[in-house]
Amino acid sequence: MNKKSRRLSLLAMAGLSLYWVIGAARPAQAMHIMEGFLPVGWAVFWWMVALPFFVWGVRSLTRITQQNPNLKLLLGLAGAFSFVLSALKIPSVTGSCSHPTGTGLGAVLFGPGVMTVLGSLVLVFQSVLLAHGGITTLGANAFSMAIVGPWVAWGVYRLFESRQQHKIGIFLAAALGNFVTYLVTSIQLALAFPAATGGVMASFGKFAGIFALTQVPLAISEGLLTILVWNWLQAYAQPELQTLKSIKGQEVVQS
Amino acid sequence: MKQNTPKLGNWGLVFMVGALIVAPIIFVKGEFGGADGEAQEAITEIEPQYEPWFNPVFEPPSGEIESLLFVSQAALGAGLMGYVIGLYKGRTQKSSDSDKP
Repeated sequence: MNKKSRRLSLLAMAGLSLYWVIGAARPAQAMHIMEGFLPVGWAVFWWMVALPFFVWGVRSLTRITQQNPNLKLLLGLAGAFSFVLSALKIPSVTGSCSHPTGTGLGAVLFGPGVMTVLGSLVLVFQSVLLAHGGITTLGANAFSMAIVGPWVAWGVYRLFESRQQHKIGIFLAAALGNFVTYLVTSIQLALAFPAATGGVMASFGKFAGIFALTQVPLAISEGLLTILVWNWLQAYAQPELQTLKSIKGQEVVQS
Repeated sequence: MKQNTPKLGNWGLVFMVGALIVAPIIFVKGEFGGADGEAQEAITEIEPQYEPWFNPVFEPPSGEIESLLFVSQAALGAGLMGYVIGLYKGRTQKSSDSDKP
């Protein structure tokens, strides 16, 4: 190892250590909102907000699969990706675990509507079988993970796609989609549980402060894994990607 | 930009993710507990009188069963992903073998 690269790696180590020291030892609660932990009014409210998106997503999904049955496998892949990633509880710099969402890939490929449906299915599975999240809080959790996350991912990718920066677009889409999901969760919790002093903003600071940092390395991991799958698709699934490209314009017109 | 590098190596990506996951375990002294209990705490801290008004319909009877369910979720997803990508790859190779686009 020469001198320069040694110095570089030392610098990197110092930077990382600093990051971990700052981020150390604060417990985080970066999961979906637990069953029964939203007051009835808010639970109903988020269900009401999420439902139209879900219906719109189902329509977009059926339209895509009816017109292009050959895309069904790729759709399964997008769903499976989210299924795998949201099952992985990954340790983070804060000394607690959280999990990625995996919704960025599908949102970039098929648009946010489709991912609303697939993400909601993942949430239903986790709340019914695993007691993670819940039926009453499904609306709120779907809004954060299956609606806002995918929309952000999709928007970010479109931004970079127009500049022909696909890979960085994919990375940022997945990472930001992941990160925003948890920001929305903390907004939802803050709205439902405003602090006695300082109100909603103080609560938001508390909830977001707790897990924003936890989510950073997870968001990066998700971004990298999404690029990995993207690379495979670029290499082996060109026909499907071309089909998607051709229906993209049409989807925007219809939506 | 990353676009200039021809292709971000797939193994490089896997390695980076692995490092991101392993590093906190080595360098951070934490409990790495599930976050659910702590969510409860944070809420009861802000609003001590809050009672959850609905309980999960089904709760895994033990940590083992819970991990079984989580593993099944990941295994199902990973299996399907492997199937789809393997199929795509086989298809690509077959069509390039027979020289049909």
